[in-house]
Amino acid sequence: MSEITKQSLTELVESIKNKKLSSSEVTNAFIERSEKSKVLNAFITEDFTSALDKAKKFDQKPNLDLKLPGIPMAVKDLFCTKNVKTTAGSKILNNFVPTYESTVTENIWSEGAILLGKLNCDEFAMGSSNETSFFGNVQNPIDKNLVPGGSSGGSASAVAGQLTPITIGTDTGGSIRQPASFTGTVGLKPTYGSCSRYGIVAFASSLDQAGPMAQNVKDCALLQEVISSFDAKDSTSIDFKRSHYSKDLTNNIKGKKIGIPKEYRVDGMPKEIEDLWQKGIEYVRDCGAEIINISLPHTSYALPTYYIVAPAEASSNLARYDGVKYGYRANGENLIDMYEKTRSEGFGAEVQRRIMIGTYVLSSGYYDAYYLKAQKVRRLIKNDFDEAYKKVDAILTPSTPSSAFKIGEKTNDPVSMYLNDIFTVPVNLAGLPGISIPAGHDAKGYPLGLQIIGKAFDEQNILNIAFAMEEKINFKNKITDWWIK
Amino acid sequence: MSKKGREYLINRRDNQYEVVIGLEVHAQVLSESKLFSTSATKFGAEPNTQVSLVDAAFPGMLPVINEFCVKQAIKTGIGLNAKINKRSVFDRKNYFYADLPQGYQISQFKNPIVGEGKVIIDLPDGHKEVGIERLHLEQDAGKSIHDLDPQNTFVDLNRSGVALMEIVSKPDLRSPDEVSIYIKKLRSIMRYLGTCDGNMQEGSLRADVNVSVRVKGTKEFGTRCEIKNVNSIKFMQMAIEYEANRQVDLIEEGKTIDQETRLFDTKKNETRSMRSKEDAHDYRYFPDPDLLPLEVSDEFVNKLKSEIPELPDDKKKRFINEFKLSAYEATILVSDIEIAKYFEEVVAKMGKNKDMKLAVNWITGELFAVLNSKNLEITQSPVSAKNLAILVNLIKNGTISGKIAKTVFELMLKNDDDPQKIVEEKGLKQQSDPKALEELIEKIINNNREKAIEYKQGKEKLFGFFVGQAMKASGGKANPQLINEILKKKL
Repeated sequence: MSEITKQSLTELVESIKNKKLSSSEVTNAFIERSEKSKVLNAFITEDFTSALDKAKKFDQKPNLDLKLPGIPMAVKDLFCTKNVKTTAGSKILNNFVPTYESTVTENIWSEGAILLGKLNCDEFAMGSSNETSFFGNVQNPIDKNLVPGGSSGGSASAVAGQLTPITIGTDTGGSIRQPASFTGTVGLKPTYGSCSRYGIVAFASSLDQAGPMAQNVKDCALLQEVISSFDAKDSTSIDFKRSHYSKDLTNNIKGKKIGIPKEYRVDGMPKEIEDLWQKGIEYVRDCGAEIINISLPHTSYALPTYYIVAPAEASSNLARYDGVKYGYRANGENLIDMYEKTRSEGFGAEVQRRIMIGTYVLSSGYYDAYYLKAQKVRRLIKNDFDEAYKKVDAILTPSTPSSAFKIGEKTNDPVSMYLNDIFTVPVNLAGLPGISIPAGHDAKGYPLGLQIIGKAFDEQNILNIAFAMEEKINFKNKITDWWIK
Repeated sequence: MSKKGREYLINRRDNQYEVVIGLEVHAQVLSESKLFSTSATKFGAEPNTQVSLVDAAFPGMLPVINEFCVKQAIKTGIGLNAKINKRSVFDRKNYFYADLPQGYQISQFKNPIVGEGKVIIDLPDGHKEVGIERLHLEQDAGKSIHDLDPQNTFVDLNRSGVALMEIVSKPDLRSPDEVSIYIKKLRSIMRYLGTCDGNMQEGSLRADVNVSVRVKGTKEFGTRCEIKNVNSIKFMQMAIEYEANRQVDLIEEGKTIDQETRLFDTKKNETRSMRSKEDAHDYRYFPDPDLLPLEVSDEFVNKLKSEIPELPDDKKKRFINEFKLSAYEATILVSDIEIAKYFEEVVAKMGKNKDMKLAVNWITGELFAVLNSKNLEITQSPVSAKNLAILVNLIKNGTISGKIAKTVFELMLKNDDDPQKIVEEKGLKQQSDPKALEELIEKIINNNREKAIEYKQGKEKLFGFFVGQAMKASGGKANPQLINEILKKKL
């Protein structure tokens, strides 16, 4: 059975199509392994019984023309799933069962996939370690008491730990790429507007983007192909011609120009990250690509800009959780008292911190100095990329400034926590696609990732580069199953 | 208080105060569905039956602009002779309230869809231009119901997300009467355009009223107070009267006016403080990241321009030129689109040989009297335009007299019968055969010999007596003109 869960998505699809495996067998294998993996705390809600039913039904009348035929998969608990509890990792939505389905998950189910359950994440996707979840922290399958990253920590842990063959996360400032990097998996943050935001619990609307997480680039490409679609229900969804990302995947990147931004060589960056980056440069060169040094001069402003824009939008997006209509409600003397109690009891500390920051930067007298200024800087950061893309086809950077850290290590130091997103945040601010692939290990044997940033709507190109590099790197994730007795 | 001409002034000791008023009118966009969702907007539906997941702000729900509402706003802008902004932005106005599910209202704060414009209002002694500052689109909130239960408040979200146009005037109004005329004109324009039904009872049109006072002749504005959410013209006028006098009293007492938001208590007929400027909400406006800036092309706007019907000001001019109506008559007939439609249908049905004056008199006289007494709208008129046109023609061509016409009109009220048929069936046709009338009159003169002699001797008053006798003898059907002629000859 465990052999099944070791298979990649592509292999599983192949096995089901060739009738070597049934959907029930595959589904059962992942459920069994998940049952043995409760220590990881990757799931918030398990939907195993229903998954087995669906698998059985699929096997009775298998439609093998679908892209994900009978493939079981768990998704981040930020996606609203019809009749299945959706919490966003928060107490305030602890009892919330949507009557509707997000567009992204709808796309997945209509290609034949089956929901296994909902995966743990930082509360409202606010965090870089999955420690802000109301449902407890998640273990990284790489090592005990190691964070899996965040906010899609449950997703990364579940893919690395083989509790699901693939998954989807959301990425507002690095929430797919950073946990992918921490767990030795592949994570793609698509171009803003590529995947519909309809039915995804909002964190920061102008930055949020759903994306695939997988064990390898090909799986990632296939899932991206399924989830990306134009959606009239999301006004920011963009109607562009989408590639057949998996079919068109190629390792031929000869002549591609890859930019190396000097500003990403930040102060205090560990030598092993620097070395990894250098190794990455060698790999792409080996693949026949050309390396070009570039400058993204406003990079150092990205993090402060992000920590104004994202909390500002979040403070407004989270206003709807007021105890009036759904979710958690505390009793109060009057309306205001009810609001105050509901929101102080329902939201965790990090969410409250960001709501306060956001409320502050939008308030009259401060708006111009913070929010408006941040929007202007955001424009400059985007201009940096536009300028760079006149010379290069893609940009190569490290995914994170360090490998995964220990649970509790940064809990009381939010700034150090925020610094984790230093390489990923500019990509969200500019609305560009970025992919993190595992590229090596640090001294402790923890995985390290490299990030490839593309032009808008150029997912195919960065997937190709990632695919070519993946072949050269030949990364092997060191999963010891330490949590399984 | 004195009203010299159209001037509305408040007198205290030796000071004359002028009242300065600006209005923020909230007009509900006439549309089948809401501004950012597909739920229905019908008035009076069962509570919470016209609420989508978007209106109730469920997690992950996103607004999608209703193009029809955008068109309605632009059309209204065109009707207000205003600049249409090709790029406008929806902002979030953040505040907490139980009937505001999102925790913010989507509204256009910095970049409205419509910019400066103007409205011409007709005053008893001429007309006046009222400046429009802007028109922007925004969502309505739901409704909190506090009186159903002593402990709990109930919330009805049917209205949540309904599209409103906020039309902000410049502080150009100077009296309660001008406010009334302005609101009616605005309402009329929007009804012509079909962009707002203007129904104040149903809350489709309500206003925040900004009032300040200043000594007549001064240029600077006084400190203003905003009276929130007044939903009838009468209440607006009452609120302004009260508020202006309150402010004048304060100034006269040497006190200052605090800029504040006030509420009008319709029962006590007074305004009272709701919140001061210091307590004003910080709405933390910022562009809604769920919506892209709204961009409209010249082509889009021009197409809408081509769909704009003839508006009251143009119609009035045409009525005066084409139908030779007086300005007064034309103003009445164009004041409401339905009245104008009725009138134009009457004109059309009267055919070539028409008496415009007579038609106007019948509409504004007899017909309006009936509508008023029965409290009916012109669209519910018991007499159709077609039949009224026939009636007017019957008078014009001498078939019936004006007096008989009133009898016929009464009979028409029941079933909107064809007046021609009534005249025939009841035998009310005017007697215009000179021979028959001559015979009739000779008979009367013979029967009243003495009176005829008295008349000849100079008692001219008796002429009326003979006319009356002749009319009586003919059952009121005799052509009065012919009777006059024959009597003069015979007497």
